[in-house]
Amino acid sequence: MSAPLLEVRDLVKHFPIKGGLLDRTVAVVHAVDGVSFSLEAGETLGIVGESGCGKSTTARLLVHLIEPDSGRVALEGHEIVRSSNRQRGGVPGGISINRARRQMQMVFQDSFASLNPRLTVEDSIAFAPRVHGTPEREARARAQNLLAKVGLEPARFAGRYPHELSGGQRQRINIARALALEPRIVILDEAVSALDKSVEAQVLNLLIDLKRELGLTYLFISHDLNVVQYVSDRVMVMYLGKVVEIGPVARIYARTGHPYTRALLSAMPSMDPDHRTSVPPLAGDPPNPIDPPSGCRFRTRCPHAEAVCASREPLLAETEPGHRVACHMLHAGSGHTAAPRAAA
Amino acid sequence: MSAATLPTPAVDAVVVHKTRGYWRGVFARLLRDKVAMLCLLVLAAIVLMAIFAPWIAPADPIKGSVLKRLLPVGSPGFPLGSDELGRDMLSRLIYGARLSLVMGITPVINALVIGSFLGIVAGFVGGRVNTVIMRTVDVFYAFPSVLLAVAISGALGAGITNALLALTIVFIPPIARVAESVTTQVRSLDFVEAARASGAGAFTIIRVHILGNVLGPIFVYATSLVSVSMILASGLSFLGLGTKPPDPEWGLMLNTLRTAIYTQPLVAALPGVMIFAVSISFNLMSDGLRSAMDVQR
Repeated sequence: MSAPLLEVRDLVKHFPIKGGLLDRTVAVVHAVDGVSFSLEAGETLGIVGESGCGKSTTARLLVHLIEPDSGRVALEGHEIVRSSNRQRGGVPGGISINRARRQMQMVFQDSFASLNPRLTVEDSIAFAPRVHGTPEREARARAQNLLAKVGLEPARFAGRYPHELSGGQRQRINIARALALEPRIVILDEAVSALDKSVEAQVLNLLIDLKRELGLTYLFISHDLNVVQYVSDRVMVMYLGKVVEIGPVARIYARTGHPYTRALLSAMPSMDPDHRTSVPPLAGDPPNPIDPPSGCRFRTRCPHAEAVCASREPLLAETEPGHRVACHMLHAGSGHTAAPRAAA
Repeated sequence: MSAATLPTPAVDAVVVHKTRGYWRGVFARLLRDKVAMLCLLVLAAIVLMAIFAPWIAPADPIKGSVLKRLLPVGSPGFPLGSDELGRDMLSRLIYGARLSLVMGITPVINALVIGSFLGIVAGFVGGRVNTVIMRTVDVFYAFPSVLLAVAISGALGAGITNALLALTIVFIPPIARVAESVTTQVRSLDFVEAARASGAGAFTIIRVHILGNVLGPIFVYATSLVSVSMILASGLSFLGLGTKPPDPEWGLMLNTLRTAIYTQPLVAALPGVMIFAVSISFNLMSDGLRSAMDVQR
């Protein structure tokens, strides 16, 4: 089996909270705590979770907008290291952040704040290629081609400013901007969340077409489970900085493993007026990421929590081929009363 | 979910089209703003007046006759009256434009350059650099401006150059604070993150993304300091620390004509009218410029 396109191992990011007389670190926000996953070429991995679970932080850690505290991110087997040519000798086969950035680009949620109000659309898209040395004419040509690819006529749109466009058009421009460096991976951080439903559908279909046409790989972060189901091949569920479940989309939506995922899916408003969702299955808010619960972080809201859940943290282990869940109930021999019997 | 995909137009060649540049658009919008244009004319007139003073002024601004002191407006030979030493007010006002404009504008321009640099660097880099720069600036900001100007000017000695230096130092902290706060706001916007994610270096990001969005507010704030600068300069002159009599300078004239306000109020108020005209023209023009630069309008 070939190496995955992107491999993330044990990514950790804690944000210090400073206080006290001398600005010492009094507490730490466990934003991302040991996230591991892999991304195969050509697939779309959806990442879902509540607000504050660490999905956006993970995305920013991947493109090094935030520096990780520890962990390893490897692009096609080459580990991404922050260093110059000199030091890269220390890590054999490493790849610098700048080169990795050409392969991984990001589309943000706020379509308006993502565009410099002082630059025309064409200039915004052409900025990245020009930074990397593309001559101006060629960069402009590429910008106009990309505008055409995302469904905006270059003659009409290239000279416009962001405030002269609608939300859907701006998000298309953000997508074009992300494609300007011809990356292999595009990270979409809630890219369609702020759009009207009809526009959202158009942009989603555009993303699917672009993926097929350009051979892209997507990391699709969203809180909208319907959208994730429509767009993804595999889904990863995060909770309080940890991955609780990862697997093929059909499996996760049909035969969910983790209680949190099950609660998320049953919290989706029902389309059937005869079977309305009446009582939300999850009560309250997630616990404070400054002081997460011991053992399994979900145990404070889990209806199946037992003593073993507080004492030992469940590992993300494979329960079926390609489907990994971090829950004691599904791990043989974990000590949970609902766990399957350990193989003799 | 059913939705139609938008058709992709088949475009292969580069479409060359004319786009109106940003600054050309600013200029065009400014031309349409009547208030700003009026103020620009007023300022231009005053600047021209200052430049061509030796040719325009009817009389000598320095020589006066004590026999002709405090003549009212409209007296023969003294169209705007005479001051407390018998000098022609009109000539003094015309010549006064030179020193007053210099004392008003030069410190602000210098402080704009230095303060913006400090503030933008502090705002962009953040962290410890920000703390060091801004807390140092705060030390100077804590002093009342008049006190600081007088202290620095007194320490350096009398004279126009020292007064300009003192005023520059007085204005650097407020401009730096405005620059830092605006830069910090712009820095956190997504398009700067996107520029970082595409691998651009710090200088490129500042040049392309930060400066254009930051200089507008800083410039608007700085122009409001011009009138403050003129008044502070007059205070320094009054204490003998800036321009010295008999040099004509509007602020100094205001101070020396103070007692004449009971006998010749109109004459005494004339230098104030000039300061007022320049200040309000600057402020209204900078407002117009900011509106023109704000593409969102």
